[in-house]
Amino acid sequence: MSHDWLQGSADDLAARVPDGAKIAIGVDTAGVAMETTRALIRRGARDLHLVCAPMAGLAADLLIGAGCVATLETSAITFGEYGTAHRFHDALKRGAIKLMDATCPAIYAALEAGAKDIPFIPLRGLIGSDLAAHRPDWKVIDNPFGEDDPILLLPAIRPDYALIHAPYADRNGNLFIGRRRDLVLMAQASRQGALATVEEVRDVDLFSSEETAAGTLPAIYIASTAVAVRGAWPIGLGDHYEVDEAHFRRYAELARTADGFARYLDEFVHRRRQAAE
Amino acid sequence: MNVSRQELLIHTVAGLLLPCRSVAVGASSPIPGAGALLARDWAAREIPSRRLFLTILGSRRHNSMTSGGVELFDMAAQGRLDAFFLGGGQIDGEANINLVGAGGTYPQTAVRWPGSFGSGYLYYLVPRVILFREEHTRRVLVPKVDFISAPGPRNDGVYRPGGPIGLLTNLCWFAFDRARRRFVLETVHPGHTVEEVHDNTGFDFDGAADVPTTALPDATALAAIRGPIARQIAEAYPRFVAQVFPNAA
Repeated sequence: MSHDWLQGSADDLAARVPDGAKIAIGVDTAGVAMETTRALIRRGARDLHLVCAPMAGLAADLLIGAGCVATLETSAITFGEYGTAHRFHDALKRGAIKLMDATCPAIYAALEAGAKDIPFIPLRGLIGSDLAAHRPDWKVIDNPFGEDDPILLLPAIRPDYALIHAPYADRNGNLFIGRRRDLVLMAQASRQGALATVEEVRDVDLFSSEETAAGTLPAIYIASTAVAVRGAWPIGLGDHYEVDEAHFRRYAELARTADGFARYLDEFVHRRRQAAE
Repeated sequence: MNVSRQELLIHTVAGLLLPCRSVAVGASSPIPGAGALLARDWAAREIPSRRLFLTILGSRRHNSMTSGGVELFDMAAQGRLDAFFLGGGQIDGEANINLVGAGGTYPQTAVRWPGSFGSGYLYYLVPRVILFREEHTRRVLVPKVDFISAPGPRNDGVYRPGGPIGLLTNLCWFAFDRARRRFVLETVHPGHTVEEVHDNTGFDFDGAADVPTTALPDATALAAIRGPIARQIAEAYPRFVAQVFPNAA
C-alpha cells in the first residue's frame, strides 16, 4: 500500500518539527512516541517548547539531556518505579531550561481550551499555591457570574504538534487508541495535529463497527504517520509489550553524568538499528 | 504474628477508605493502592455486597475511567471522588505540601522532586485527602514548606470543598483539624512512642501524651494483603511487590 499520509520512518516525522516548535508529549501509559523522540535528537532539534500532557518521563529527560528543549511545561517529570530523571535535574540546576511548573488538570484544561480555540479557561484550585505565584501567565479573577468567588484563568495551550504512538493505523490512517483519550486531546489541541507512529498498518476500517470506532483517533487530527515497531520502547505499550526494566536500570546508571548520558545517546539514539533490537 | 511496616500501613489505609464509594490512587503509590484494593475487598464482602469504585493510575485493570486522564479531575470537581492520596517532599504543620523542591531559590532548588502532579487541584476538591509519607523525619515534616504545591485548608474565600483528613507515616497517624489548622496525633504504630513522634516531627501538633496504638491487621486481613492484594497491585507496581511480597506470586 502507498498512502500520502504514511511516511517511511520516525525520522521523516521528526524532520517536520522545526526548531522552536511547541510539541506535546503524553504520559507513559498513554502511548509514548519514543522512536520519534530519538529521531528528534538525531535531527538535532533545538529550542523546543515541550508541553507534557500532563507529565512525562524518559522522553522528556532524553530531549532535555540532548539539549533540544528551551522551555518545559509540566506537572511532573517522573520515571515512576524506574529511577530518577537526572538530566532534568541537571538542566534545572544549570538554569539551562525555562520551567513552567503546573498541576495536571491545568495542562489538561489549557489543552481543552486549545482544542476549542478559545483564549483561556477557568479552573478551580491553585489559588494561594506557589505554582500560581510563579506563573505570571495565569490570572485570578472574580467569577463574573457569582459573588466572592475568586477563580484562576489559564491561557489556552496550542502545541504545533503532538507526538503520539498507537498500536495500529487502519487503511485510511485512523488510529486505534482504545481508551487512551489523552491522545485525542493532544492531537485536537495541536495546530498541525499529531505526528503518529504505529506498530503496524492494518488493512481494516476502524469505523466499520461501533466497538472499534469508539476507540479511534480520526485521521483528520493526524499530520503524518510512520510505522515504528516497538516505537514506545523502552516504555511499554498497553497490552502489546511491557516496560524494559533492564534498559531503565542501564539508563539510570548512565544518565547520572553528562558523559554517561552522551554514551547512552551514542549507543541507543544515534545507532538506532541496534536500539530497536 | 509478625506484621511488616508495609502491611500495617496497607491495613491502616484500608480502614481510612472503608466509608468511601469512590477512591483514586495517584502516581508512585503502591501502599495506598494496596490499601484501596483491600478496602474494596472488604466492601465487596459486606452484606449486601457494596461496590467501591477504584482507579489506580498506572493500572489498566483497576481503572474505572474511560475518558482519559482529565476524567479523574472532572470526577473530583463533580464531587464523585471521595478520597485521594497526596504526599510531599515536605509537609508542614498547617498541612501545606511541597512536591517541587527544597533549598536554593526556585526553580534552581538544591533538591528537586518530580513535581506537583494533580495536587494543586485535588487538594482543594477531594473531601478525604489522605497525606501519605513513609519517611517521618524533621527533614520531611517541617515547620514551613519551602514551596507550596498545594496550600492546606485556610479561610481565604477560595472554593475548597476538599482537604486533608490526616497524615499517615511510618510512625503514626495524625488527624487534621481543619478549623484549628493543626495536626492531632491519633495513633502511634506498634513499636513506636509518642516521644519518638515528637523527636522526629518538625512542627507542633496536638494530642494527648497517651495515645492508642494503631490497630494491627488480623490473620484474615494479613492473608488477603499477602496473597490476592499483593498480586493485584503487582500489575501497576511489579518492583514493589517483588521487594515486599516476594512470595505473593
